[in-house]
Amino acid sequence: MADDGGRGGGAARVRVGDGAFDLGAETADFAAAQPGAGAVVAFAGLVRDEEGDLHALEIEHFPEMTGKAIAAIAGEAGARWGLTGCLVIHRVGRLAPGEAIMMVATAARHRAAAFAAAEFLMDYLKSRAPFWKKELRRSGPVWVAARAEDEAALARW
Amino acid sequence: MRIDVRYFAWVRERVGASRETVETGAATVAALVAELRGQSEGHAAAFADVAALRVAVDQALAGFDAPLAGAREVAFFPPMTGG
Repeated sequence: MADDGGRGGGAARVRVGDGAFDLGAETADFAAAQPGAGAVVAFAGLVRDEEGDLHALEIEHFPEMTGKAIAAIAGEAGARWGLTGCLVIHRVGRLAPGEAIMMVATAARHRAAAFAAAEFLMDYLKSRAPFWKKELRRSGPVWVAARAEDEAALARW
Repeated sequence: MRIDVRYFAWVRERVGASRETVETGAATVAALVAELRGQSEGHAAAFADVAALRVAVDQALAGFDAPLAGAREVAFFPPMTGG
């Protein structure tokens, strides 16, 4: 996977690529690199099987924009919640039901900031990072439509 | 001026291409859309409802009223579905 690299203390690490990742190992490595943190929150999004109707999920992105967009979102989360660091991994390409699509991890002195920053990251990654999901269903391919509630979720921040 | 136009997701599928270069005098994104619409049936289908589209100028999200002066690339795509 391409690695956009960290930015020193309170670094945001962003990785976008087609390879699988190890949620446990990524979370452990991230947690081990957070001096001063008292809380780490990790979230992973998985491909739902939609009651067996889905045989794969294809994720397209805008490669030249994706890293910049995520770095900006992560940078804002870091500044707002005083994170010691955050990690965003997002896969592209074809994924099978049950596979992890993406993860975020956040670290802060206290848990409230780590939880809030993780939710903020998820809300913004859903609607402001240039990814598009296509469901390959038994009945045919369907582009996933953005939901009004996803857009509305941004308003709370 | 020459502008690289990029298409993603179902916009790409309707247009039938992921990118093209156009020679245009359009002052805004909306004016460019009006020109692109006439290029083919696929373009017309892709741009039938601009309320369903989002746009990025030089890889930053922008509105349809955004000026194109100095722009090199305009991308059209549906609302994003990451996460």
